[in-house]
Order: sequence, then structure tokens, then C-alpha cells
Amino acid sequence: MFLHGYFPAILEGLRSTLLISATSLSIACLFGLIGAGAKLSGSRLAGLAADIYTTLIRGLPELVLLLLIFYGGQIMVNALADRAGLGYFDINPFLAGTLTLGFIFGAYLTETFRGAILAIPRGQMEAGKAYGMTQGQILRRIILPQMVRHAIPGFTNNWLVMIKATALLSIIGLDDMVHRANLASAATRAPFTFYATIAGLYLAVTTISILLLGWVERRFSLGVRKVEF
Amino acid sequence: MIDWALIAESWPLYLNGLKISLILMAISVSASFLLSVPLAIARVSPNPWLSKPVFLYTYVIRGTPLLVQLYMIYFGLAQFEWLRESIAWPLFRNAWFCAWLAFALNSTAYTTEILAGALRQTPSGELEAARSLGMSTATIYGRILLPSAIRRALPQYGNELVMVMHATSIASAVTIVELTRTARDVYYNHLAPFEAFGLVALFYFVITFALVGLVKLLEGRFLRHLRPMSTPSKAA
Repeated sequence: MFLHGYFPAILEGLRSTLLISATSLSIACLFGLIGAGAKLSGSRLAGLAADIYTTLIRGLPELVLLLLIFYGGQIMVNALADRAGLGYFDINPFLAGTLTLGFIFGAYLTETFRGAILAIPRGQMEAGKAYGMTQGQILRRIILPQMVRHAIPGFTNNWLVMIKATALLSIIGLDDMVHRANLASAATRAPFTFYATIAGLYLAVTTISILLLGWVERRFSLGVRKVEF
Repeated sequence: MIDWALIAESWPLYLNGLKISLILMAISVSASFLLSVPLAIARVSPNPWLSKPVFLYTYVIRGTPLLVQLYMIYFGLAQFEWLRESIAWPLFRNAWFCAWLAFALNSTAYTTEILAGALRQTPSGELEAARSLGMSTATIYGRILLPSAIRRALPQYGNELVMVMHATSIASAVTIVELTRTARDVYYNHLAPFEAFGLVALFYFVITFALVGLVKLLEGRFLRHLRPMSTPSKAA
């Protein structure tokens, strides 16, 4: 039987890995935009906070951050709940895991987004202001559409690293693809088969991501001429 | 609040973990550097029989999680009876050997791409000059291409060193008591996450910045010729 009958279970794990990755990515984008905004805001306090955030995160291994935030957060939330007179909270590992990964990769995306915004000529924002656009309109109509083009290469990189980092969540007990492979290996004593299978699935996901994001980059660069030597 | 007594008590354990982490990193990085120099040369070769297999290798390694690679080697290979009965089995049963192999193979893929990128940036005039002087291919690589490519690769290679340092934390998943495993043990024994993981975070932070500083120092030494020339003093 194909994969000793564990193929559907592994596919279920793939679905969960993709869901975790997509959720973490959305959270990371949010943190990244806030971080980039803080760094570019000109406010010294916000800039300092964002600098501390990105430096701390990038100086530590993802696994250590995961463990620190996952277990530390659990205790903190329960201490707070205790003080408020609420009962014991069992933190949902999916929520905690995706929040943590989002927080970590938000630091990397902060730098990507910051660079992308800086790549847009200042004159365009000034022109927007001269036309009487509000700050929100300038952001929506001028900055964001062009930012996508500049941000995509860095974004692609971070996304690929993040998909692979979701594998670490199996260590704190999330039911992802690696966890499924662990269970199937233990039951069938064919560990290589299962780990090789999920490695192939990760490779498929990264390959499709590279192709898709390459297409997006070309879409958003339609009006831009390439340098030809 | 913070349990200082626990930190003081577990301090020696952390120092031992630090030693293990650093050894793990050193042996992985040295192996990957030695492997990636010839692989990078093959990667930029015009001969597709040389460059394509290397590309395939780096693509597969870079497209899959290190944790899965480590599991494949440490847990996975036991599936094969011929390996279990071969003389190599004591090696593959050993967590240290498997972790070293996984980290070295993984880092080789990234380092190869970094070096290949630096090799491709060689100004073509340098290569032409070397050829017109009648140097052999081996001499050209040894004297011209590699020394300058390795220098150019230094900033990115510094990032890779930091990545490998951080990656050693994954060895905690296969029973090696390095820094992260130490912290996890302290956590499980005392349920004190902030002390256990906060302290280990501090260790990693210090190592990371020591590495960054070291690479900066090397850059100052080896990329001196690329620094902007000093401008005339302001007083003039």
C-alpha cells in the first residue's frame, strides 16, 4: 500500500503546514509594516523600539525564540488571568505558534519593507501631497502598489525561510507535516520513507512559491524597463 | 520574579552547553567550507555536467527544512538493513556524527551558492589578464579567482556563520546537550521559562554579535582596498 496507508494523514499534515505558514505570514506582514512604519516615522522613540525589535530577533535562533515565547507566554497569560480572577487558560498551540513565527519573521520583513519604501522616490509622495491627497491616500495609491515590486525579492526569501521554519513548530507540539511523519515513522518503522516524502512536499511548496512570486514580480514590474547591456 | 539562584545554579550547565554548541558549529563550518570551494567552482563551470548536479544539490537542500534533513539522517537511515549491518553503522547511530553531517551538508549548499555568486562577479578583465599571462586553470583559480571571490563573499559568509550558529540549536532535537537542550532541560526541571530561555537567549546574542564583530574585523583587513578613499580633512 502506498506509504503504508499513511498518505492521507501526511496530506492532512501538509494542509496544516500550509495553514500555519499562511497565518504566520499574515501576522508577519502586519508586524513588518508596523516595524517599517516605526523606523521611517522619524519619531525617535518608535525608531528605537523597532531597532531593538529587529536586532533582538535577528540575534537569536528561531527555536529559542519559539520556546521562550511559547512557554513564557503561557505562564504570563496565566499569571495575568490569575490576577484577573479568571481560571486556567490552556493556550492553543496553533495560535501561539503562528503568533510567535509571525513575530519573528515580522522583524525580517521590517527590513524588507523599509528598504522597499525607501526605494520609492520621495518626489512622488510630495507630488501626492501637492495634489491634496491625504496620508492614507498616498499610502494606498502611491506607496503600497510600488512597494510590492521592490519588496518581492526579499519577501520571497523570507517566505521560503518561514515555510521551512514551521517545521520547528512540531517540537512544541503542533500537528504539522513533520509531526505526522514522526507518528507514521513510529508506527511503521519506515522513517526514511516518511521523512523523504515530506522533504519532497516541502520542496514542491518552495518550488511553486518561487514560480508564483516570480510571476507576481513580473506583473508588478510591467511598466519598468530592465537595464540592457 | 527572576529566580537568580536558579540561574547561578545552572550556570555551569550553560557553560558546558556553550562549549558543545561552539564545537558543533566549528566542525560543521570547517567541513562545509572545504566542500563548498570545489562545488562552487563546479557550479560556475560552463560544463552542464558539472554545474547542473551541483545546482540540483543546493536547490534540494535549500528547499527543505534542516530539521527534516537531520531526522532523515538520524532517524531515517535506520530503516535500511544493509546500512545497519555495515561497518559504518556505529557512525550513523551516533547523534554527533548525524548532526555534524546534516549541518555540514546543509551549510555547504548555502556556502556554495554564496561563493559561486562571488566567483561570477569577477571582473572579466582579471580573468583575461591571467589567461594572457599563460597561467593554467589551476593557477588562475588558486591565485586570481578564489582569493578575490572569497574576499568578496565575506559579508554574506558572515551571515551564513550566524545562520549555522543558530542552526546548531536544532541539534537539541536529537539528544545532543548543547545550549538549547540545556535550556530545555532546565525548563522541564524547574518550569521557569524566563530564566531558562532568557539566559540561553543572552548566550546566543553574545555569540551572534561576537561573530558579527569578528567578520567586520576580517572585512576591515581583507576588503581594505574596497573602502572609500579617505577624503581630505574638513579643516582644509
